[in-house]
Amino acid sequence: MNELCELTIHEAHQLLQQREISSVELTESTLQRIAETEDRVHACLTITNDLALEQAALADACANEGQAEALTGIPVLVKDLICTTGIRTTCGSRMLETFVPPYDATVIEKLKAQKAVIIGKTNMDEFAMGSSTEHSAFFPTHNPWDLDRVPGGSSGGSAVAVATDQAIYALGSDTGGSIRQPAGFCSVVGLKPTYGRVSRFGLVAFASSLDQIGPLTKDVTDCALVMNCIAGHDARDSTSARYPVPDYTTQLVPDLKGLRIGIPQEYFVEGMQGEVRETLETAINKLQEIGAAIDWKASLPSTRYALAVYYILAPSEASANLARYDGVKYGFSAVKASSVIDATEKTRQLGFGTEVKRRIMLGTYALSAGYYDAYYVKAQKVRTLIRQEFDQAFQEFDALVTPTSPTVPFRLGEKLEDPLQMYLSDVCTLPINIAGVPAISVPAGFADGLPVGMQIIGKPFDEETILRIAFAYEQATDWHKKRPPLQ
Amino acid sequence: MKLSDEQVKHIAWLARLAMSQAEVERFKLQLSHILENFEILQEVDTTDVLPATQTTASQNVFREDNTAESYPQQEILANAPNREENCFKVRAILE
Repeated sequence: MNELCELTIHEAHQLLQQREISSVELTESTLQRIAETEDRVHACLTITNDLALEQAALADACANEGQAEALTGIPVLVKDLICTTGIRTTCGSRMLETFVPPYDATVIEKLKAQKAVIIGKTNMDEFAMGSSTEHSAFFPTHNPWDLDRVPGGSSGGSAVAVATDQAIYALGSDTGGSIRQPAGFCSVVGLKPTYGRVSRFGLVAFASSLDQIGPLTKDVTDCALVMNCIAGHDARDSTSARYPVPDYTTQLVPDLKGLRIGIPQEYFVEGMQGEVRETLETAINKLQEIGAAIDWKASLPSTRYALAVYYILAPSEASANLARYDGVKYGFSAVKASSVIDATEKTRQLGFGTEVKRRIMLGTYALSAGYYDAYYVKAQKVRTLIRQEFDQAFQEFDALVTPTSPTVPFRLGEKLEDPLQMYLSDVCTLPINIAGVPAISVPAGFADGLPVGMQIIGKPFDEETILRIAFAYEQATDWHKKRPPLQ
Repeated sequence: MKLSDEQVKHIAWLARLAMSQAEVERFKLQLSHILENFEILQEVDTTDVLPATQTTASQNVFREDNTAESYPQQEILANAPNREENCFKVRAILE
């Protein structure tokens, strides 16, 4: 058998239930893999060895009594902006370098209720602002498929951790593509649920009307199993939806008969790499082979405005959310200051990195007197139009399919000095957050040896259909089984 | 949309961000470039379109006003950079 850390959730669960392996062995295997690979990929910010092994021992006791649930005893890495009691939660920022949350996020409570084993926290762009994980205040994460390239972001650490078997699965967050784009860049599965499907309580806020927590996994079945655990209403997040949570595994069938899939032309954008386009076309043809009816002429005309809408709304919300970092209640605090205001200004100057400042500045400008209507309200109106176009498209189609990103992973440093080019990396994923609909990225092949992701977009609260399409595609291909040549 | 030094400094003041002259120069160019690209929105006809503040169908969400246990004071204060007894310690506001 291969190393235990290479197992999926469903494989490990079966072995745990049959008592062929223990959670302690499984956890030790992932910790060992982290020790072997971390000096090259830098995916983690905190490793909780002792705590993890304690949790694993408790999970084993539970499994011995025949009470193992799907995630019991399975090691998980968590993006470092999801609050974990007693484990520092940095958001990839100097501002929160020493912050230790006094409470768990709802998703962490739910994982713990199943006796999941949390082995640490993953690297990310500071406050989830970025598409390459280079904006981490601590160090950049490297793509295991080519260590000179970025893993995507902002959940780059989580995507790399799953791709290198440092964990059996990981949690990330997605505000404009931060789960799907790194999942695509690292050849793993990443789902951004419908806005409101997963509680945001305990997720450090970036843009509150766009943020969602979601899973990064080695296959689609695992993605469904994690969703079964983390989805659902939460009184502590008043934007979480009251719809019942289905069993996401029941629709995982290997054919697509009767499903209508639209390919929105606007996503095959100018500047898209030819090989990415070809890889996607091959993947879409495969969907047709396994039963889907494909319409290559679907259209979402307002897609071209999504980038501007996003980079007005997300920074505006961020500028308000990040106003709380004043160096008083928690976090970094500038020592030398002459007054209250001077202290606040210096705390924020020294505590925030360049990209965070850039977004706070953009948002503050868009919300300021004289510009509010021209930028912020205008963007909100175009947001309405973008959502309406998705609603119309979903009257005709069960799902839409696009590339996850217009390019393969780019080189470290390549886009750091040109923020607009960096923003364009998310051009295919941003509209989905603007509309609040769900989307999944699945491994769809390789261009020049680098991963290409396929994005499948669904109707609001219809994660089941996109999981079904993703599953059927996965059964018909073996991209998800490929692992980076890191050893 | 070309921003001036004064505009960048004004935004930084509104955002309570101290900023070096080098940062002002850098943000002036970058933000101007980004804002120019946002002008594309002006070509969209949004007459009679309502602004979307969120994507869920929900309106106001209410709950019962029940009392419940909160967090222990010491745990909340544990992350404070400066504290005195059971308080956050801040600089004097009045001269």
